[in-house]
Amino acid sequence: MIDLLDKFDAIAGERQAYLDAGGRDPVGVVMSKVLSPTRAVINGRETILMGTYNYMGMTFDPDVIAASEAAVRDFGAGTTGSRSLNGTYTSHRECEAALKDFYGTRHGMVFSTGYQANLGVVSTLAGRGDYVILDADSHASIYDGCSMGNADVVRFRHNSVEDLDKRLGRLPAEAGKLVVLEGVYSMLGDIAPLAEMVAVAKRHGAMILVDEAHAMGFFGEHGRGVTEAAGVEDQVDFIIGTFSKSVGTVGGFCVSNHPKFEALRLVCRPYVFTASLPPSIVASSAVSIRKLMHDTAKRARLWDSTRAMHAGLKARGFTLGTATAESAIIAVLMPDQATTLAMWQALLEHGVYVNFARPPATPTGTYLLRCSLCAEHTPEQIAAILRQFDAAAAAVGLRLAVAA
Amino acid sequence: MPARETIYARIVDLIGPLNKKAVPLAEDTSFSNDLEMDSLTVMDLVANIEDEWDIVLPLNMLPELETIGQVADAVAKLTK
Ligand SMILES: Cc1ncc(COP(=O)(O)O)c(C=O)c1O
Repeated sequence: MIDLLDKFDAIAGERQAYLDAGGRDPVGVVMSKVLSPTRAVINGRETILMGTYNYMGMTFDPDVIAASEAAVRDFGAGTTGSRSLNGTYTSHRECEAALKDFYGTRHGMVFSTGYQANLGVVSTLAGRGDYVILDADSHASIYDGCSMGNADVVRFRHNSVEDLDKRLGRLPAEAGKLVVLEGVYSMLGDIAPLAEMVAVAKRHGAMILVDEAHAMGFFGEHGRGVTEAAGVEDQVDFIIGTFSKSVGTVGGFCVSNHPKFEALRLVCRPYVFTASLPPSIVASSAVSIRKLMHDTAKRARLWDSTRAMHAGLKARGFTLGTATAESAIIAVLMPDQATTLAMWQALLEHGVYVNFARPPATPTGTYLLRCSLCAEHTPEQIAAILRQFDAAAAAVGLRLAVAA
Repeated sequence: MPARETIYARIVDLIGPLNKKAVPLAEDTSFSNDLEMDSLTVMDLVANIEDEWDIVLPLNMLPELETIGQVADAVAKLTK
């Protein structure tokens, strides 16, 4: 018998060698207590969370929790069924209504996760003979949606309007085309030049999907995302999003004004062939989404903290993914895997949790420590984190651009 | 319509900077096994090949393009 797991020996061995040398597992963090959107207990130590995508701090919002508790009491723990069979309750409809109100769209479809929303929508919209044109730095769920579907897949250089234009120009004029973009790219925290890209895509007759996973709630006047901030809402055909970041729960969705949109409920396999979200999740998500529509004070706090963190790291000489704070993600670029892991561990041991990220999740050859801000971070927490970055950099011998 | 040999030679040039371990390159050199290229590097190489000949080499074709010779054949076909 061929052991089918043998092919993972190299990656498993690399991890084991690191653990044997006393390293702490960057993919094995366990939180034994969660105290608030920004604090948890890890390894018995109270830790400031700076890598959770919990942008708006909704995980502990009292109204969100109350909705969740009421739904679990009144509708039970789970639906035990697909949206297409016994898994649609009024709360699923209400959640979709909240999304439609939030985005001002005619249609909204809730999936069990954002991953499944991309998997389902990308693989279903673009079929045999059609083209998906995606940014090189697209999220895994978009790449996987391409693998699951039958369309031809064309990749353009990250955020390059010129490259998108050139590659679209090589495709047959009569073929169906879906351009897939993200508002915020989650590895470096940079935003897409959406106005320019949308114009190019439309000129080539493509339909456009924008994944706003990391922008919902705090970009644009109504918090709809980079699409709104760039003023191109009326030209984007589909928005994909998730409840697992700003909304503070779990789930995914697609909203659209396309008159034939509802057909997707019949043909999207990751929608049909999986159980729907539990009532507690859809009920709490609906409350969270409706609150996010109006929370301008929280948005302002998130942007203030993000700018303070970015400016603080920059002043200390860290190399960052973007020159200014473009989103609530701040990526600290690191020289190599060993230094990144050592610094990640030093931060954790001093009570700061950030994300360790490496290729292929990141662009070729990039190692980084990724911070994501929360509207509930206090100026004191930001100051403490900056102090720990200084100390950790000194401890691991990371060369900084200027003297601290 | 460039000749197959010209195409092959140019692909070898494009691989050069990515061939960190200086593996000898031949028709049957495999991108994953011999050159140990990860998926990102392969996709970046594909982008350069597409630009070199102004062609479309969809990512879904990649599983069938395991060796340098196979890529040269594919490019030759697309530039006919
Ligand atoms: C850009 C992007 N799209 C989709 C997802 C998937 O979201 P979810 O966590 O709901 O599966 C994520 C998050 O991991 C993401 O970063």
